[in-house]
Amino acid sequence: MDIEYSKMAVTETINKTVCYHCGDECLSPPYIIEEKAFCCLGCKSVYEVLSASDLCNYYTYNDHPGANRAKTDARFDYLNEPDIVAELIDYSDDNITIVTFYIPQIHCSSCLWLLEQLHKMNRAIHYSRVDFLKKQLNIRVDHHQMNLQQLVELLYHIGYEPIISLQDIVKKQNAPSKDNLVQKIAVAGFCFGNVMLLSFPEYFGMSGYEQSFKHFFGWLNILFALPVVFYSGWGYFTSAWLNLRQRVLNIDFPLALGIAVLFIRSVVDVLLNNDPGFTDTLCGLVFFLLIGKFVQKKTYYHISFERDYRSFFPVAVNVLYNDIEKPVSLSQLNTGQRIIVRNNEIIPADAILLKGQAVIDFSFVTGEAQPVNKTLGEIIYAGGRQTGEAIELEVVKSVSQSYLTQLWNNEAFTRKNDNRGQTFNEKISKYFTIVLLTIAFSALLCWLPFDYKRGLAAFTAVLIVACPCALALSTPFTMAAALSIFDRNLFYLKNTKVIEQMAGVDTIVMDKTGTITTGESKNIELHANLTALEEQLVYSACANSVHPLSRMVCEYLGPLHKMPATEYSEIAGKGIVATINKHTLAIGNVSFMMTNAVQDIGYTAVHLIIDHQYKGYFAIKHNYRDGLEDVAKLNSSYEMFLLSGDQDREKQQLLRFFKTDENLYFNQSPQSKLDFIEKLQARDHKVMMIGDGLNDSGALKQSDTGIVITDNVNNFSPGSDAILDGRSFNKLPAFLRFSKDAVTVIHISFLISLTYNLIGLSYAVTVNLSPLVAAILMPASTVTIISFTSIATHLFAKKRKLI
Amino acid sequence: MSILYFLIGCSVLLALIFLGAFFWAQRSGQNDDLYTPSMRILLDDEDEDKAKK
Repeated sequence: MDIEYSKMAVTETINKTVCYHCGDECLSPPYIIEEKAFCCLGCKSVYEVLSASDLCNYYTYNDHPGANRAKTDARFDYLNEPDIVAELIDYSDDNITIVTFYIPQIHCSSCLWLLEQLHKMNRAIHYSRVDFLKKQLNIRVDHHQMNLQQLVELLYHIGYEPIISLQDIVKKQNAPSKDNLVQKIAVAGFCFGNVMLLSFPEYFGMSGYEQSFKHFFGWLNILFALPVVFYSGWGYFTSAWLNLRQRVLNIDFPLALGIAVLFIRSVVDVLLNNDPGFTDTLCGLVFFLLIGKFVQKKTYYHISFERDYRSFFPVAVNVLYNDIEKPVSLSQLNTGQRIIVRNNEIIPADAILLKGQAVIDFSFVTGEAQPVNKTLGEIIYAGGRQTGEAIELEVVKSVSQSYLTQLWNNEAFTRKNDNRGQTFNEKISKYFTIVLLTIAFSALLCWLPFDYKRGLAAFTAVLIVACPCALALSTPFTMAAALSIFDRNLFYLKNTKVIEQMAGVDTIVMDKTGTITTGESKNIELHANLTALEEQLVYSACANSVHPLSRMVCEYLGPLHKMPATEYSEIAGKGIVATINKHTLAIGNVSFMMTNAVQDIGYTAVHLIIDHQYKGYFAIKHNYRDGLEDVAKLNSSYEMFLLSGDQDREKQQLLRFFKTDENLYFNQSPQSKLDFIEKLQARDHKVMMIGDGLNDSGALKQSDTGIVITDNVNNFSPGSDAILDGRSFNKLPAFLRFSKDAVTVIHISFLISLTYNLIGLSYAVTVNLSPLVAAILMPASTVTIISFTSIATHLFAKKRKLI
Repeated sequence: MSILYFLIGCSVLLALIFLGAFFWAQRSGQNDDLYTPSMRILLDDEDEDKAKK
């Protein structure tokens, strides 16, 4: 993809000026230094910082390695507060501080190179090291010479702003995993290898004078089996025991039984009967089982499925004390305090608007697509994002008492949801265990009247040979292969269980704003014939307003010369009246026009009246995601619903995609979305919820499969089962079909493993199971299953055009 | 053939040393980041760079 990208960049340079730093097209006249063009002041300043430190190699490793820096209003003064600093750093002593930042911008070798050269820019930095996959930067700095704020500002100035949030996903990811799985595999693998080596002489046959070795090898094998059973395989015993106590028969029970029987029988064989025992089968079994566990555990280092409102909120907010701004961490924010919220900042607690023009974007919290104008004295709920000038607010509820936080702590949202269906493996292993025990005991009873030794041998042999190793491996290997195919298509699943949940879904519920519409880029179309002068007039009028729609109009008309307005007034929520160059203009919504010539056209529009004459309107259409048509076609096999927090302006357009009115619901609150899902589930539907914002989080949790759509996987997204990159939205039908294919593969591999078990059982019940047969059957079945599942999964993925 | 006892002892000891080495590497975090070093090695060293100029 990188190659493709750079090729594109090269062809673009022929006719367009491309920013040397970020590679974006320079729309306005570019800033030029040293014959290099920059699209914005931000990109230029990064270049200046780097060239001053002699770090321009940054630009030689990759073309346009930087990120666009048009926005330059970040503030980090809260990083001077000791409380906040203490939360963020990893380690600190008298001289040095070690801190790890999460920097989503890390994407290429230039990033890596530059971030590891930080010590050249400031001597106080002793050391900086990048973890590329985790997108983390570990820095050791002398805090006498450079405090955390200066450090973050330095990173910000070179275009690598770290994400600092209250919910620390960085530290959580760095915490070592408790299960020591890799070590257990290492031990099992080590013992397996040695035991195999020591078992070979026995299989090839030993002559009389070598018999003393037989005993020695047997003893050694038992020694090797000890750590395998009591260290590597111990987890199966504890898990089986825990499940038994909850009266659940899961697959760990027959596995633990198999391991235990293998071990005891081997010890008895070696010590009492001077037989070789089954230690190689035992070690192989545990080794392969642990490998199955390992492949199933896929971690996406840069994605978190467990984010909640804390990572959405800022770390600190600026509070006014006697007209002096001071950053205060959110937990210390009290009611009655006055806070300043700037452009693009989030309002952290419910507050009353005191000063400034508030245009709040609630799209993420409520699903409303258009930013809302608020008047002075109105309560603004937490979670809204201010767009426009800085506003002053008085906090009326602390962060933990605010509407959004309350919503999150609502019982319904935190409810542990255990209605998610059992996996195939869980369902089948119950019956499997019962059948297995029945066969084992009947074999015992059949032989018992004749020969109790043979009976015991048959009993143990059944438990050994029918140990569901292949069954236990079929799910992890299929799912791991499927997961990596989803991963390649920018669809990230929390764990392998989600695939089976997806396959079982029969109802799809979608959110509107941000889910089937794309967040930012909205289409604006002009339905009017305007002269150049009129365009300039409209531009001049709208340029005075900070309303998002006015800005879109200005952007559409392009940079024109702004004429001064002699009269100008803006009526909140309605429109603008202005007199410019002796022309009167009225620009606004339908109710603002007050003429009959204007008809409501069904979607958001900005109407124009110039010199008392209706000229036409700008239509603002939401961009539906690519492939919504394909996704909508799913309604032949799935029941589809749309739940929107927005008003029903776009109903007509949406009816194209959904069958009837009854599938569309508007003005839905987060709670009602959750209730809707619950109602569907009460009617035995398996529901998949697709959403994006905080307002969907309850529904996402309640649903059987919750999928979050996002345009940037590093951005905030509410807790969910899976994260889908917006670019792959059109592949959703293929994903659904493929998840069903994966389940089919599991079913077939179950049949294969049953066949092996039957072959083994025929040996076992007749007491013909020699260690050699077991040693061949077990790995053979394992290899068959692993290769079958991987190949079949890839073939299905090809069929669905996912690879 | 008694030499086999000794040889097997040696081989097991050797294998144990490797297992111990793996445990040590795992504990000290050498396997934590398996990707970044592969990129780092492709970047030029500082001194070479100056020599070129």
